[in-house]
Amino acid sequence: MDFLTFGKTGWGDELFYATLMTIAVSITAMLIGFLFSAIFTPLKLSSNKFLNLIANSYTTVIRGVPELLVIYLFFFGGSGAIMYVASIFGYNDYIEINAFITGSVAIGIISGAYSTEVFRGAIQSIDKGQFEACKVLGLKRYIYFLKVIMPQMLRLAIPNLSNVWQITLKDTSLISVTGLVEIMRQSYIAAGSTRDPLFFYSFAAVLYLMLTFLSMKLINKLEIKYSRGF
Amino acid sequence: MDLSLMASSLPKLLSAAVITIKLLSASLIIGLFIGLLFAILRLSKNSIINRFAYAYSYVFRGTPLLVQIFIIYYGLGQIEYFRSTFLWVIFKEPYWCAIIAFALNTGAYTSEILRSAFQTIKPGIIEAGKSLGISNKIIFYKIQIPVAIRQSLPAYGNEIILMMKGTSLASTVTLMDITGVAKHIVSTTYKPLEIFITAGGIYLFMTFIIHNLIKYLEKKYSFQ
Repeated sequence: MDFLTFGKTGWGDELFYATLMTIAVSITAMLIGFLFSAIFTPLKLSSNKFLNLIANSYTTVIRGVPELLVIYLFFFGGSGAIMYVASIFGYNDYIEINAFITGSVAIGIISGAYSTEVFRGAIQSIDKGQFEACKVLGLKRYIYFLKVIMPQMLRLAIPNLSNVWQITLKDTSLISVTGLVEIMRQSYIAAGSTRDPLFFYSFAAVLYLMLTFLSMKLINKLEIKYSRGF
Repeated sequence: MDLSLMASSLPKLLSAAVITIKLLSASLIIGLFIGLLFAILRLSKNSIINRFAYAYSYVFRGTPLLVQIFIIYYGLGQIEYFRSTFLWVIFKEPYWCAIIAFALNTGAYTSEILRSAFQTIKPGIIEAGKSLGISNKIIFYKIQIPVAIRQSLPAYGNEIILMMKGTSLASTVTLMDITGVAKHIVSTTYKPLEIFITAGGIYLFMTFIIHNLIKYLEKKYSFQ
């Protein structure tokens, strides 16, 4: 247990900050995912075939390709693509993107594909009468969405979103390949310098288990809150 | 976009797909047995066995696959005693370590899928078997297992696709699967976009085939 002391000799503080980094990346990625699903869910539900096609190719491609490959594509291809765009505007210097941003965007795009499917399913299973009633009452579009559709959708979506959260949390371990110091990367560094990979990787597993366990407890509370009245 | 590079890297990536398919099929077969075993343990009335099976699936579903591979590949080799046993012949190979990690991981998910399938079997089917005087053992093997497998096909199809994507992690323990080879080509050509997109296309094609295969099986074995 000497390994886990805080301070210069132990790895306790490093692993603590690494855990915070994992949480930060997971939350950022989840929010980016929500942003993507806010764009693609309406496209999926639209009656326009072309918009449907765009949204379907997004979810199908992202869910059909390994997460690691998406991360590699962003990490190795991302700065090249941005430099190419910048060069069109006359900027020719080297641009390096921060590992936190690349990682969060890559995981966020993956997470977004899963959340899009969840939101689509939730909206589709809301009773048609609810939509019709809103129209009959002549409610403004945003009020009808915020006050009628949104609460019902959240109730249906939260159990599945908790799965998406778990997938996202576990996917962040893959960002370690880009050098961002989260749990996995920190364990790799610690294992290398102490030559005790068994201890540090097992400890990383324990940290992930703790995170999944605690977040499930929190989400269960949310679930109870949003299923009131049903 | 360098299309000629994409075309010239395709044969290399396709030959690497053989390793991906080998890893996938080996881990799925072993994982199915593990899953079936633990699903049966989960249904046991004995609370110790039940909890043990639950802990197994909880730990493997609650931690990233990457951690599991690293513990098995880098971690186990550290135990002096372990290296002197015959098991070391298997565990010193990254190929077998990857398969063992994948199998244990997919086994955990499979056990959950099969358990819920066993629990949702209509009691009438089992009662019908009993009233015909069929022994409990035969009811289990000839009625409960086939029905459970049919019911879990859609969920298991998703699991196969997830596992196929998971095999890309084999590249982190030096194996040259599709992702491993793609990364190697990128390190010599410096064209990440072209190579990773080609590799992604191969994975997507495999997802498409698995998806349709499962759909076909669902139709073939549907109850209607």
